[in-house]
Amino acid sequence: MELKHVLMIIGIIILTIAPLVMYSGLTEEDGYFGGADGAASDLIMELSPEYEPWFEPFWEPPSGEIESLLFALQAAIGAIIIGYFFGYNKAKYDFESKN
Amino acid sequence: MHIMEGFLPPMWAAIWFLISGIVVIYGIIQLNKLISEKPEIKPTLALAGAFMFVLSSLKLPSVTGSCSHPTGSGLGAVMFGPAITAVLATIVLLFQAVLLAHGGLTTLGANIFSMGIMGPLIGYIVFKLLKGKINITWAVVLAAIFANWGTYVVTSIQLALAYPIPDFGTALSNFGTVFAITQIPLAIMEGLLTGLIWDYIMKLRPDLLSKLGIIDGKLNNGGAQ
Repeated sequence: MELKHVLMIIGIIILTIAPLVMYSGLTEEDGYFGGADGAASDLIMELSPEYEPWFEPFWEPPSGEIESLLFALQAAIGAIIIGYFFGYNKAKYDFESKN
Repeated sequence: MHIMEGFLPPMWAAIWFLISGIVVIYGIIQLNKLISEKPEIKPTLALAGAFMFVLSSLKLPSVTGSCSHPTGSGLGAVMFGPAITAVLATIVLLFQAVLLAHGGLTTLGANIFSMGIMGPLIGYIVFKLLKGKINITWAVVLAAIFANWGTYVVTSIQLALAYPIPDFGTALSNFGTVFAITQIPLAIMEGLLTGLIWDYIMKLRPDLLSKLGIIDGKLNNGGAQ
């Protein structure tokens, strides 16, 4: 791994951890770490209080647990494919450079 | 990035559906053409789709104190251009709308337009402008940063168009604060991650990238650089 890649990984880690350190101890009840999507719909309701969403999702995850299950599933599907691609090609690359 | 179900007035929902529909159909035609001409690029297609799948499931904290997720569309945009990326984004957005109630079916057109079309288009243009001028890894990093950030800017514009209260400019700066500012650090993060993935593909399978016409075909098989 090149130095460039190490620095890139460190950058990703710092960017992820920095907000958690900055707002350490604060939770969703204090208005932190909610979703930006939700914040936008709150803003819409504030701008036009009489607006009624005219369509409801026909199915919603019944609880936060089920929602996190589906999110984990989504990430897992993606990760399996990425892992397969790189695993297969890494082995092929190593095999070819040995010969 | 999603506009929630039912939160776009029917007229705007219809307009975005129409525009996105045309692009996605064009993308499907392009995709079929690409697959029949170069079937060996299929794994990279799967990779670009999977990258979007993973990244859009990760809700990350931002320095503004709210959470949002990356889009992962920059990688697809660089490799396949915006139309094919729009098809991949449609799959991701359908999954989230149907199973997670994130985004929605009425707002699907608008969400495809911002995340699947405009974001990748901006990323693609950035990549084309920078390619050959700077190191290709950094061109990809910047393309991914702008694809991500552009998505949220476009979403802010879409919401300000639908809710120009009290006027378009004020609404745009309000929605922009919610979306575009929150997104800056997340966009940088996504750019770095896309750059890492890109370098790894370039090391392991430069032949696939040269087949797609993104890098010169001078690299022989197995050769890192």
